Amino acid sequence: MYPELGQLALILALLLAVLLSVVPLAGALTGRDSLQAFARPLASGMFVFVGLAFAILTHAFLTDDFSVAYVANNSNSLLPWYFKFSAVWGGHEGSLLLWILMLSGWILAVATFSRKLPTVMISQVLSVLGMVAVGFMLFIIVTSNPFDRLLPNIPADGRDLNPLLQDIGLIIHPPMLYMGYVGFSVAFAFAIAALINGRLDAAWARWSRPWTTVAWSFLTIGIALGSWWAYYELGWGGWWFWDPVENASLLPWLSGTALMHSLAVTEKRGVFKSWTVLLAIITFSLSLLGTFLVRSGVLTSVHAFASDPERGKFLLMLLGITILASLVLYAFRAPVVHVRSRYGSLSREIFLLLNNVLLVSATMLVAIGTLYPLVLDYLQEEKLSVGEPFFNMTFSPLAIAAGLLLGAGIFSRWKKTDGGWLARKLLWPLAISVLATAAVMIGYGGFTPWAFAGLFTAIWVTVATFWDIRDKSASRKGRLQGLKRQSRSYWGMVLGHLGVAMVMAGATVVSNYGIERDVRMVPGDSAMAGDYRLVFTDIGQRSGPNYTSQYGSFDLFLDGEKVSELHPEKRNYTVGMSMMTEADIDAGLFRDVFVAIGERIGDNAWAIRLQYKPLIRWLWLGALVMAIGGFLAISDKRYRIRVRKEAVSETQGPQTSGKPVEVTP
Amino acid sequence: MRYIVVILASVIWLSSPAQAEVRAVYDFETRAQELRFQELIAELRCPKCQNQNIADSNAPISEDMREQVYRMMKNGASNEEIVDALVSRFGEFIKYKPPVDKRTILLWAFPAIAVIGGFLLVAGVVWRSRRRDEEGSGLSEADKSRAERILSGEEDQSERL
Amino acid sequence: MKRLFMFLPLLVALGVGVFLFAGLGKDPTKLESALIGKPVPEFSLPSLKNPEQTLDTSVFKGQVSLLNVWAEWCPSCWEEHEYLMHLANDKGVRIVGLNYKDTREAAFRFLNSLGNPYETIIFDSEGSLGFDLGVYGAPETYVIDAEGVVRFRHVGVVNQKVWEEGLLPVINQAKGES
Repeated sequence: MYPELGQLALILALLLAVLLSVVPLAGALTGRDSLQAFARPLASGMFVFVGLAFAILTHAFLTDDFSVAYVANNSNSLLPWYFKFSAVWGGHEGSLLLWILMLSGWILAVATFSRKLPTVMISQVLSVLGMVAVGFMLFIIVTSNPFDRLLPNIPADGRDLNPLLQDIGLIIHPPMLYMGYVGFSVAFAFAIAALINGRLDAAWARWSRPWTTVAWSFLTIGIALGSWWAYYELGWGGWWFWDPVENASLLPWLSGTALMHSLAVTEKRGVFKSWTVLLAIITFSLSLLGTFLVRSGVLTSVHAFASDPERGKFLLMLLGITILASLVLYAFRAPVVHVRSRYGSLSREIFLLLNNVLLVSATMLVAIGTLYPLVLDYLQEEKLSVGEPFFNMTFSPLAIAAGLLLGAGIFSRWKKTDGGWLARKLLWPLAISVLATAAVMIGYGGFTPWAFAGLFTAIWVTVATFWDIRDKSASRKGRLQGLKRQSRSYWGMVLGHLGVAMVMAGATVVSNYGIERDVRMVPGDSAMAGDYRLVFTDIGQRSGPNYTSQYGSFDLFLDGEKVSELHPEKRNYTVGMSMMTEADIDAGLFRDVFVAIGERIGDNAWAIRLQYKPLIRWLWLGALVMAIGGFLAISDKRYRIRVRKEAVSETQGPQTSGKPVEVTP
Repeated sequence: MRYIVVILASVIWLSSPAQAEVRAVYDFETRAQELRFQELIAELRCPKCQNQNIADSNAPISEDMREQVYRMMKNGASNEEIVDALVSRFGEFIKYKPPVDKRTILLWAFPAIAVIGGFLLVAGVVWRSRRRDEEGSGLSEADKSRAERILSGEEDQSERL
Repeated sequence: MKRLFMFLPLLVALGVGVFLFAGLGKDPTKLESALIGKPVPEFSLPSLKNPEQTLDTSVFKGQVSLLNVWAEWCPSCWEEHEYLMHLANDKGVRIVGLNYKDTREAAFRFLNSLGNPYETIIFDSEGSLGFDLGVYGAPETYVIDAEGVVRFRHVGVVNQKVWEEGLLPVINQAKGES
């Protein structure tokens, strides 16, 4: 009975979404406040019903209701309860429901936290968001109903969750990722609303920024979690494969980063408005594209959901309508007239514009590389692969260029920066960076051009960032006062950039100085990876809740001292009859040692994969630092200005409303 | 549903009692050779898997391909010869690095085109803004100097992003 | 003029949409053989039924045939076998079998259960001919012409649809030339 209620809840949510799309917009266009007042209650109601549907599906999983097809396909009575919970989004239908839940949540958040924005604007934003919700709800109800039943032949037990997904990674990675994807719909909605009402100004940029930054932060965490999860779960020690699904998540991230920076310029100086609006549309479009790619089967990937061309068609239609309609609106309504503003060739505006050029080039590169096999197959019936070697060769230079630009750009001034002054400013950081890079490379024991480029860029960004802090915190009252004087926005930016440096450092070091060995070992054997020695002590049988395993024991030594014991396993999941290798990792801030058991060789010997991974954790810690920076930036008090001050600053026009207004001393 | 195909295939393959449960681990004389082998197998794609290279894939065909790579390496073949031998059997699909020919020239050239194009656009933006300024803003002298003062006052506070 | 530039993103999106739509329903895992238009690679392998007899590429000379790669451990091969029997017995198609990575016992078990549509069977226990042919997943079926040149490859189960739309036209074309 409950699943039917779940279905009903979804339908009701759809109805509310339809009303949300139409009523407040009508009110905004005709000036009727009464209609616009419906926006918030409609958003709340929609969230409640979607939440109810989600709760009912969760309940079906937790109570092993195998009459629901989705539960039967993705769960099993032997599955631990916390995996039953996360199995809700382990498959296509449920993950879509999670998507919609997050969308409803974001819509409610926008409705709640935007009381200080003009009602007309908010009504339009919420209506646009409502339209997006309508599209997805239609998709789920028509093609991907999670509540479909298997009556009257209820299976005795479920097919079990894919063992690869029976992991904490499943519990957190998709929700974080979807928070990011879905969050960009807000910036999108703001952009569309601005195009509709023609009010595209610095105020619009300021309202969009916090929403964009939060979405970006979540997406950063989501992608990092995916990489970390693949690393320890898939058993090969890899952390990024340029797989189409991975690329699908990177596209909105790259574009979103460009958008964040572009919004800063538009807010500050009122320029590049058309470009920023386009970026907002593109970023969300890339989120939608990612959703399509993962579920349609047009590209091959280990991460893809089971493909279904019918669903693919519907999704493509949904995608097509949303993106084409927004781009048509853009083509007709985006401002073409230039704002009369002058900026020097080394001004902050130009540095940020160049940053955008690099980020957008990177976005297009990843998109083209990912889609190229599809295009070539269509045009010439030829099957080519575009994989890691291609992307590493083409993406890395762009990343390095962006990093080098960052270091210099930190010191740039709005409107005009004197070239000579900038060059002199950069001399000391340059010298320090070169020396530090040399030191690090000597420490790791090897010079290659790529290692140098990557490390130098990471160190360059770090040194420049700290140099800038040193400059800005100079104060007559002492350095501490100077530091305190900086806004949270500034510290957010600092963390964001340091995070990027950490990621670059981690990627460079692990790629250039990491060691991978595949060795044959019998108990008693030892193998080396760098300075680490691994001794194979034992292997035996064990059982878990829904699997049996070969449980290996290894001792890890560094310079004769025992560092730790490692226990990788080869698990046999009884229900799905599938085999999984569970690596064990000695994790550290500055290096990981990774051990996985491969196949049995002969009677007593096993193929052991042993890897030394220097600085690999910096990849994910760097991402975390970036995300913290993002959250810190939006907690800046300029976003918490009270209504009174807001009304005053609005009337002063676009140029001044970008300036932070001090509310309290 | 994704990885399961690969795993099931190998489980089926391994479960036949008559088949040897051997997975070869390859021995190398030098570390450089080991690295070369690792690089080669990382760049070759398993023809039947859901996007995996033959280094990480457990599929029987990947094993056969690794075996071929190892054998040819031991016989002194160059990387190019090894890759060509596999491509002549399985097609260009198995190369993760797309060839550079007229089909893919746009793909490879794209980053350079995009960046150079972008930089040119930005240069255009700067030039146009400079020209606009030189053409005069139509303000009176008094207004102009007042504007300068305001603008330079704003300059101090404008470092905050 | 500037306004025209604003339509550029729309055009790009339309273009991408076309490719995505075309990609729907296509199976990205079905690869075309790299040997189309090339002769079957040289081999010297025993026959399954007669271990003393050695087979080589001459087994393909003189008539157009299907080369069917099969194995006892391959579930889909069990599925398609009935149709292969129909092709051999009712339609008179000459099918050469390539027994891929099997033992003799397993192969015979398979044939005894389901019947033998093959005029001759190459016993490729190591999979060396399979590897040289570019076999990556059984079952696979090739059309080999009278000169021993590979004309077509189908990956997967052979059924009526595959026969009518894929194999038969190629066979007819090959026959027409000889």
